[in-house]
Amino acid sequence: MPRINDVGGQDGFGPVIEEPDEPIFRADWEAHVFAMNRALIGRGVYNLDEFRDAVERTMSHESSYYENWFRGIRTLLEEKGHV
Amino acid sequence: MSDDHDDSPIAARVRELEAILEEKGLLDAAELDRALEAFAHKATPANGFRVVARAWVDDDFKAALLENANEALPSVGLSMGGGLQVQRLYVVENTPQVHNVIVCTLCSCYPIALLGPSPTWYKSPAYRSKVVSHPREVLEQFGFTLPAETEIRVWDANAETRYMVLPRRPAGTEQLSEDELAAKVTRNGLIGTAPV
Repeated sequence: MPRINDVGGQDGFGPVIEEPDEPIFRADWEAHVFAMNRALIGRGVYNLDEFRDAVERTMSHESSYYENWFRGIRTLLEEKGHV
Repeated sequence: MSDDHDDSPIAARVRELEAILEEKGLLDAAELDRALEAFAHKATPANGFRVVARAWVDDDFKAALLENANEALPSVGLSMGGGLQVQRLYVVENTPQVHNVIVCTLCSCYPIALLGPSPTWYKSPAYRSKVVSHPREVLEQFGFTLPAETEIRVWDANAETRYMVLPRRPAGTEQLSEDELAAKVTRNGLIGTAPV
């Protein structure tokens, strides 16, 4: 069964909205999540594929991009017994 | 980064997790600051603009780029490494007959090393779902109308393989230097949602 991230060809997500001059990160915590993920993968706490899988199985279309990242990271760390 | 005064609940949860990980020795705040700083300065679309300008002025480089982009990049001082793992890069060339667009329908795969972090719309379900089924309509939302006879090819990236579009060189730019040509290129042009 396709996961909810597999949206190619689906209808109902509305128009594409481009935001001119958007910042790389919308808030400082997004930069923290981004950097945290790189560091944890860099240290081998989990790998890129485990991260992708965790985000895909825990994500919600109602959450923002980095909220979904954070949920995935948190889930992986819980499953691996780190938190 | 260590100076963070955001009061939102998510910011607090991120800080809390960071503190736990630091206490366990899995994270180092100074290391995060340095990594982010280096990333912000290195991964910008200016890299992609340089690649395109060189391809426009140097036919041998262009041929090498289209043949094997990973091997061609070091000659302009770039690579697809430096990230979490090296990814295969394909550069796809726009022609009068064929226009290329890139997407990642599953998530947000993107050649960050050459384009910098991706814009929010690239990661949105709206773009990812629709550009594969109705590319012409999506391009029109960007104010970009292609002739009806132009074929549109949509390339779906994944964790191992990334794409970048090589736009067509604008008419009337024969006298421009490589730097001036690079300044004509836009990030959306490298994604395929703008002509250049």
